[in-house]
Amino acid sequence: MSDVVVARSLDEAQEALAHQPDATVLAGGTDLMVEINRGLRRPRHVVGVAQVPELHRWSVADNRVVVGAGVTYTEMMTTALADAAPALAQAARTVGSPPIRNAGTLGGNLGTASPAGDTLPVLAALNAEIVVTGPDGERRMGLDDFVVGVKQTSLRPGELIVAAELDRPRGRQEFLKIGPRNAMVISMAGLALVADHDARTVRCALGAVAAGIPRARDAEVWVAERIDWDDGAAVSDAVADEFGQRVAAAASPIDDHRSTAAYRRHAVAVLATRALKRAFAQGGGDDA
Amino acid sequence: MPDPYSLRVNGVDCEVADSDLAESLLFVLRERLGLTGTKNACTEGECSSCAVLIDGVLTCSCLVLAATAADQEITTVEGLGDGRDELSVVQEAFVHEGAVQCGFCTPGLIVAVHDLLEANTEPSDGDVREALSGNLCRCTGYGRILAAVHSAAATKRSGS
Repeated sequence: MSDVVVARSLDEAQEALAHQPDATVLAGGTDLMVEINRGLRRPRHVVGVAQVPELHRWSVADNRVVVGAGVTYTEMMTTALADAAPALAQAARTVGSPPIRNAGTLGGNLGTASPAGDTLPVLAALNAEIVVTGPDGERRMGLDDFVVGVKQTSLRPGELIVAAELDRPRGRQEFLKIGPRNAMVISMAGLALVADHDARTVRCALGAVAAGIPRARDAEVWVAERIDWDDGAAVSDAVADEFGQRVAAAASPIDDHRSTAAYRRHAVAVLATRALKRAFAQGGGDDA
Repeated sequence: MPDPYSLRVNGVDCEVADSDLAESLLFVLRERLGLTGTKNACTEGECSSCAVLIDGVLTCSCLVLAATAADQEITTVEGLGDGRDELSVVQEAFVHEGAVQCGFCTPGLIVAVHDLLEANTEPSDGDVREALSGNLCRCTGYGRILAAVHSAAATKRSGS
């Protein structure tokens, strides 16, 4: 490693990246430092962005939530963000341990672009726009265009993740995840489900069961037609079960050291059924 | 980042010379500055044996690139006691309750418990388990650690 720049402002970070477009951006360190400690990566240039105040900002408006790339999992859980984007808070709550959540950031989760990144299904279900800035100015894109493969993003040299802008629909949000224990777990399967009572849609995205973060679009459309949007009756067991099967069809899991494809597909179906029942329980749903 | 660079550890400015910029804060604390209270086990954030406070925030020092922590206030387990020979309330409780067996996880636990009790002097069992969910102890089964945390909290509440 030949140099480390600690940026104190967005301008400084952009300047450093303009100067060394191939520099590795370091946020909370919870992914990158593991690889450096193991000797798997040895970046020549590092730009630290953990102390860039602009990246720590977040804001909540009527229909929109903006989360800076430097916002930590702890902040997602403990600030007013938790009320504005409940599924994001639930996902953050499942990440690592308190010291990991104090360090890890939304931008880091995006930059690592692991299929098991816990915030990513939430971003997909909330129609996130990822905001990046670089030598050619600002770009915005959906998660599908940002995460282009396993741990691969469409970031160009010199670009920096600035924020994610999320929908703030009226309705319940759920994030559920399967792992061998509650704490310190990397997801074997994860799912975010968002109800939008104004648009009368359900949006559901999956983690750790495909190369990317798939939305279960067929299942979303199917279930939206079977929900009692006017009177708020609970979804039936039959609908919830079939929804689970239809969501599982959107997964394309693999066998690896954490789980098997068969278990992951089964788990996603269970999570989808459970999330739908929670989001559309009797009389509930539009109070979030 | 110039080499050498300076870290502020337990209120003292420490020059870090002849280091590789890829070194973690954990490595620098132990191998460059001789502060071996902070323990090195997993180097991937799984065990919290290396927990320190950075600007008051509980952090795994193995996941911090040391050079990026210049200008921040770093507190290690050595900096928690009030005086050189005095144990902190938390340390005293760990000794008293027999919460130490092999001792390897103890410094990380002590730092994490300090952090918990700063925010909450009446933690429930669930609060304690949650706060320490990243600290792995392979000896005690955690029962005596839980007892020590409640004992330290009671001492703090009574103001001594």
